[in-house]
Amino acid sequence: MNRMTPPPAVPGRDPAVDPKSVAGMHAPATEHVELLVVGAGPAGAAAAIAAARAGLKVKLVDENPLTPETIGLDVPLKFGGRATAAVQNPARMLEQVLAADPALEEAFEAGVDVALATTCWGAFLNGPGLGTLAGPVAGLAAEGRAWLCGFDRLIVAAGARDLVLSFDGADQPGVVGAAALHALLARYDAFDGESLVVLGSGPLAVAAATAALDRGLAVKALVEVLDTPQAPADAVAALAARGVEILTGHVVVRAEKGAFGVAGAVVAPVADLAAARAIACDTICLALGTVPMVDLFEVAGAALEMDPGRGGFVPRRAGPNATTRPQVFFAGDCGGIAGDGVADPASAAADGRRAAAAVLASLGRAGEGDVLVGTGAADDEAGAGAAASGDGVTAGILAYRRAWMAALRAAGGDEVIACQCEEVTRAELLGVRPPRYLGWSSPQMDRRDLGTLAADGPVDPDQVKRLTRAGMGPCQGRRCREQVALLVAEATGCRLEAVPLAGYRAPVRPLPLAVLAALPESAAMTANWEVWFGIDTQWVPYDVIGTEREAEWLGANMHL
Amino acid sequence: MSAVSGASVVVVGGGASGLSAGWWLAREGVDVLVVDAGIVGWEASGRNGGGATHYQSPLFHEEQRLWPMMDEMLGYPTEYRRERIIFATNEAHLAEYRHMAETCIGLGYHASFLDGAEVRARVPFAGENALGGVHFHFGGHANPQRTVQAYAWALQDHGGRIRQHVKVTGLTLAGGRVTAVETTAGPIGCDHVVLAAGPGLAAIAATIGIEVPLAPARAEMIVTEALPLMAVGGVDGNGLYGRQTLRGNLAYGGGPHEWLDLPDGRPTGRPSTPVLAGLARRLAELFPKAAHVNVIRSWAGVIENTPDGRPVIERLADPDNLTLCTMSAVGFGLSPATGHALRDLVVDGRCSFADLDKLRLARFAGLSPDWRRQQGWVAAPAARAVPEVV
Repeated sequence: MNRMTPPPAVPGRDPAVDPKSVAGMHAPATEHVELLVVGAGPAGAAAAIAAARAGLKVKLVDENPLTPETIGLDVPLKFGGRATAAVQNPARMLEQVLAADPALEEAFEAGVDVALATTCWGAFLNGPGLGTLAGPVAGLAAEGRAWLCGFDRLIVAAGARDLVLSFDGADQPGVVGAAALHALLARYDAFDGESLVVLGSGPLAVAAATAALDRGLAVKALVEVLDTPQAPADAVAALAARGVEILTGHVVVRAEKGAFGVAGAVVAPVADLAAARAIACDTICLALGTVPMVDLFEVAGAALEMDPGRGGFVPRRAGPNATTRPQVFFAGDCGGIAGDGVADPASAAADGRRAAAAVLASLGRAGEGDVLVGTGAADDEAGAGAAASGDGVTAGILAYRRAWMAALRAAGGDEVIACQCEEVTRAELLGVRPPRYLGWSSPQMDRRDLGTLAADGPVDPDQVKRLTRAGMGPCQGRRCREQVALLVAEATGCRLEAVPLAGYRAPVRPLPLAVLAALPESAAMTANWEVWFGIDTQWVPYDVIGTEREAEWLGANMHL
Repeated sequence: MSAVSGASVVVVGGGASGLSAGWWLAREGVDVLVVDAGIVGWEASGRNGGGATHYQSPLFHEEQRLWPMMDEMLGYPTEYRRERIIFATNEAHLAEYRHMAETCIGLGYHASFLDGAEVRARVPFAGENALGGVHFHFGGHANPQRTVQAYAWALQDHGGRIRQHVKVTGLTLAGGRVTAVETTAGPIGCDHVVLAAGPGLAAIAATIGIEVPLAPARAEMIVTEALPLMAVGGVDGNGLYGRQTLRGNLAYGGGPHEWLDLPDGRPTGRPSTPVLAGLARRLAELFPKAAHVNVIRSWAGVIENTPDGRPVIERLADPDNLTLCTMSAVGFGLSPATGHALRDLVVDGRCSFADLDKLRLARFAGLSPDWRRQQGWVAAPAARAVPEVV
């Protein structure tokens, strides 16, 4: 047990530094680029192309086509089990994703290193609590292995994900988000449904319904809890003219359950829930809003702030397309959802070019970005609009979410599952109940709920997660965190804007142990890995301390 | 922020040790207030491996006695489960684990030695690389997050108070006694103070001239999605500590730490790093049959260490109404016993069930002010030489 002999000196490490500490242990990155762009949608692709044309060494990664396993976990979007078997064929999917987006071809031609089916699972930079990295690195993974990509600058263009609020039966196949529907229809050509009921009546709902109709699918109805449609009247009228029933003042009570998931939507007037009726459909599309995908910003240590005008939590702006981390920039919807919430490729691309210009300026290479100027003044105006913390169409976004939540609770009650991964109901969440598998009950526990928790201070959704497990599953709250925030606000009487963001951590996509295990490791880490701190005297049994037998235990280690 | 009314005993720090102390005091009617700068159990007390098997500690026997009763005593679930298994994939580890088992057997506990086949029979995720191990028929593990909240709720049920989001900035001395705790919500009068503020302890003690040598550091863990439950969830080895949660997730930590400079001891960030891949690598080696399972999250916690890695648990002689507690980065599992010891020190002046003399602060008298640099426990400059890759 005696490990009094010091470990062999490791080349490149400072001998005066604790050899068991991580200083000097991080492995170098497998590759290095001047600019890494995450997300090859319109914003990310435009950013990569513009930066490459300005002379930067650029890598553009995109997780699409996703693996069938990831799609099955509803990460990052709420695919709701409505992808066809086509997603099982990686080659076909790759071809499809390339064909769906001409910008990718343009990126190849501009000299961008385009990596599809490549996940960015983390971004790591020195900052508070971390000072040992040799430089900023991103964790990437593809084809069963993970590696690190060093970067000088990072543009996150991860887009937006679906806002999910639940109702009875929402945990079965057939409940998809509007962003997932868009991906399955336009990007993958792999949507496995024929008839839809769309929840919501804003521009996002209209766009989802229109896209489905254009593909020859049946759209039975738009369901809106408010008394008036939220999209412009002519757009709604156009849908009605194509046979879509516009049900304002209505709410979905439950999804009817069939052998293949959703078999119908039971809807009712908000004012007369007893007058419920069923509409046959195989898919219920949640088109209540999308949420900026901010997980990588949080992992990178960029500050986030709640901005209802930009769709929820967004990176705090430290300049044009800049986050509070000088190396990290944003482009497109992940930086804040512009306008009416419907994806607009042209303005997203313009935002991508602005992000590239900001990156070039930050590198002192703005002069090389002349190619960017040609994007024209219209872009700048669009950008100003997109960036503004608006009080336009989206000003009522939180009120809209609250209205839907209230109607869904009134119609379906609180015995409805809010966290699908962990099967936590709204009632269990409100009662901060321990998970059912513990079989716990006590009079003390019965006296506790979110309200009593709030009496001790503002409630953080991460507290709710710890106690109920809501948000603790494989999707890491991507399907429930907005609903959790709504319930926390409602139950504790705090403003929805004031509810903190439940934390995001690496890996921001589920990754098998074996994939992460492939990350190269330094010889120093391998040689000096300890269970705990490796402090010689820490695990000496108390009775032995100060006796002549102490040396026998020096260097012992502890697990347990 | 509203003023906080005084209490007979003010506990500074709502981590596992402070909450347990508050609970032990409250359950016998002591007027106790626990003050925390953030949310109770939010730092390392709620971000650890949950192990409850600390044979090196003078509190070990009490730790083992109390854990099986904690759910009932608290009235809230801790998810405590008994027993642990540790197994090796190389001979060096096997020798280390056997030594650990012999130590425990010497202390009167039951441990049995396993060969590779026996390991595989008891640990379904173990593979052909399992050489042998030890089954500890004692010890165990609990859910840290559930346990810290259980302490907090239970102490309230007994009339104790908790005040969150109140930062303690110092202590007031008068006539050789601590008369108040200075906070961002104003002074809080008290008859006795328990300082259990983790890495923040040193800065608070320093306001009345008491030097407690502590160095904060960050350590990392990962968690996977759920797997079928193993009969014994507390399984370690291969440079990892951790457990399978009762939901089925594998939650494991280990590996290198990063020393930090925190002027007031409060963490400024808890980032994970690519070290999480090193954890995944070792977990996949330990459990080859679980190598396919997804990692869904990582996290980091900030903990403090004394120069010898051992706790300071002491009611001081001067001022004699101040009790110090730092567990030197090993606090959660021992917390039922630590709280009992702190209760004894506060109420009776001495611990009723264990000798704690070797854990006094005086052992560090004469320590060089430069001790962190001398031990190499320094916060690293941002950039270092690039190491060789294997």
